[in-house]
Amino acid sequence: MFGYSMEEVGNIVVMQGFSGLSLFSVLLLMALGLAIIFGQMGVINMAHGEFMTVGAYTTVFLSKMAVEFDIVNSYFVFAIIAAFILAFFIGYFVEYALIRHLYKRPLDTLLATWGLSLVMQQIFRSTFGAKEVSAELPEWLLGSFKPTPDIDIPINGVFVMGLALIVTVGVYLFMFRSRGGLRIRATVQNRMMAGAVGINTQKVDRLTFALGCGIAGVAGAAFTTIASTGPTTGSLYIVDSFMVVVFGGAASLMGTIASAFGIAQAQSILQFFMTSSMGKVSTLMTIVIILMMRPEGLFASKVRK
Amino acid sequence: MTVILDKCFGGKQGAVNLAILAILLLVIFPLWLDLFRLGLIGKYVTYAFVAVSLVLLWGNGGILSLGQGMFFGLGGYCMAMFLKLEASDPISTKIQTTPGIPDFMDWNQITEIPWFWQPFKSFPLTVFFVLAVPTFLAFIIGYAMFKRRVGGVYFAIITQAIALILSILIVGQQGYTGGVNGITDLKTLLGWDIRTDSAKYVLYFINASLLIGVIILSNYVLSSKFGMLLLAMRDKEERVRFSGYDVSSFKIFIFCYAAMISAIGGAMFTLQIGFMSPSFVGIVPSIEMVIFAAVGGRMSLIGAVYGALLVNFGKTMFSENFPELWLFLMGGLFIAVVMFFPDGLAGVYRDHAKNFNLADWLIASYTKWFKKDANMLGDKV
Repeated sequence: MFGYSMEEVGNIVVMQGFSGLSLFSVLLLMALGLAIIFGQMGVINMAHGEFMTVGAYTTVFLSKMAVEFDIVNSYFVFAIIAAFILAFFIGYFVEYALIRHLYKRPLDTLLATWGLSLVMQQIFRSTFGAKEVSAELPEWLLGSFKPTPDIDIPINGVFVMGLALIVTVGVYLFMFRSRGGLRIRATVQNRMMAGAVGINTQKVDRLTFALGCGIAGVAGAAFTTIASTGPTTGSLYIVDSFMVVVFGGAASLMGTIASAFGIAQAQSILQFFMTSSMGKVSTLMTIVIILMMRPEGLFASKVRK
Repeated sequence: MTVILDKCFGGKQGAVNLAILAILLLVIFPLWLDLFRLGLIGKYVTYAFVAVSLVLLWGNGGILSLGQGMFFGLGGYCMAMFLKLEASDPISTKIQTTPGIPDFMDWNQITEIPWFWQPFKSFPLTVFFVLAVPTFLAFIIGYAMFKRRVGGVYFAIITQAIALILSILIVGQQGYTGGVNGITDLKTLLGWDIRTDSAKYVLYFINASLLIGVIILSNYVLSSKFGMLLLAMRDKEERVRFSGYDVSSFKIFIFCYAAMISAIGGAMFTLQIGFMSPSFVGIVPSIEMVIFAAVGGRMSLIGAVYGALLVNFGKTMFSENFPELWLFLMGGLFIAVVMFFPDGLAGVYRDHAKNFNLADWLIASYTKWFKKDANMLGDKV
């Protein structure tokens, strides 16, 4: 197969599979936020990638501070929390100033948030410069371990994956096992009725949007461990993450996880055997064709419209 | 006379507005601006084709396509392939390893012209493909999506993904498409040098006239029963369906029509500017084209042209003088138009000109000055 022996192919698949897992984790974190905002609220947030960049720049900034104060080994946990909080509050403000006026016009939300993403990109460029920057990683994130001599698994990839798992479980618990999640789901299912039983739906909307943005911020913090951050980093992932959400079937947590996994793995394994652009093209093409045959996505629940 | 006026120009007011646009594009700009600035206007006019297509598709049909750039690009690429083949005759490419093929193919160790380039040796076939390839692609996408009743934001996201696929494909397949640089160094069209000043003027006039023609045709489409159905589908799709109309076929038609208009713009772009590159195919240009229509007014064909001219004029101005401010302004424009002026410039004009009917005013002053019967202009005064 492609001039490799079977054993080599096996190793390549394992290693590419692992690099796919890092991509999977970032995509999953991005898509979780989007799935909450798009799946639950029906709002298209084109600036979602920029909220991820907010998280990434927060982490980079804190890592520079950490170097000053010599706490490189422990700052990362705080960076994740700070990234979440900052993105959360920016999201809260954006909902208040922009999104809430546009709930009845989803296509217009798309354009307005695209405009927002342009503005945010330029703010990043003016503040941090056009050059890509990377965070100082703590020592325990560097290096790799080798289960066999031919297989090389980077630790930061494992870390990002763990983070993605924790956040996913957290989102699941919040959405399905807490009062807050109950309110969100109630508002989604029947806004009028939810309002009638005393749920402040406006507040729920605002918190939902902010939560989605906050998770994007965590995605940004995770992203800094595997790549460097530039002003347009977020926009590179936005189409992919939308495809993840749509492909998985909006509003389905399992679907989001499965499609993030499928898309990331397909991309990174195909990219090894083809050129990187053809790997991406064939992955996206497959998704589009599947979506054309099954527009409601992989895991959508059957609902009468 | 009145019927034609109503059908093709959108009534008396519409006819006057169209006449003003025609005079502006065909008389005032060529007389006023030097050739360099006129070339820029010509470039903006090619974008206006896309803006007009979006007025039909998005403003009237309620279908937001974020992939209009790909139809613009495909039209442009078809034209560019023809011009490139003509520019790479064996004599002018004799320093290459394989003379007679486009230079970028030679750099990528391709020794013969690929099969899908073959039809572009003939000009009539090229013109056919300029119109047919984007329309056919639109038909496939439209058929797959609209027959399954996919619409709204899903349609927007999927068209966006297809635009991304196409632009990655063009960039990746360097040997066949010219890669990220696109197809450059285009020289002649059927032996006619398109780089001379006179050719630039001629192409500008063809381009502007085509745009006026497209607007008249689109007015005709919108004023027909089909246009009425389009509006009805935008507002209450289910009701139209239950009235017995095949909604998806109408949507497929308008999507194909919009793709074809965009492709004409793309082909004219290639002819006037002399190159085509993937930077007109991807997501960013496609969304920028939506803002042209939004600024001009998503319901107004003529407004969209002004939108395309103004936004691009602003873009050129600001990128020359304050490159950092441009993205802020562009982003602000997106937000402001959506939040405060959903009907764009055309809406502002309509609201403020409510008590001021330009057509009536013109006819009245015409009568006053020349003391003639104004009825010759068609309608009653």
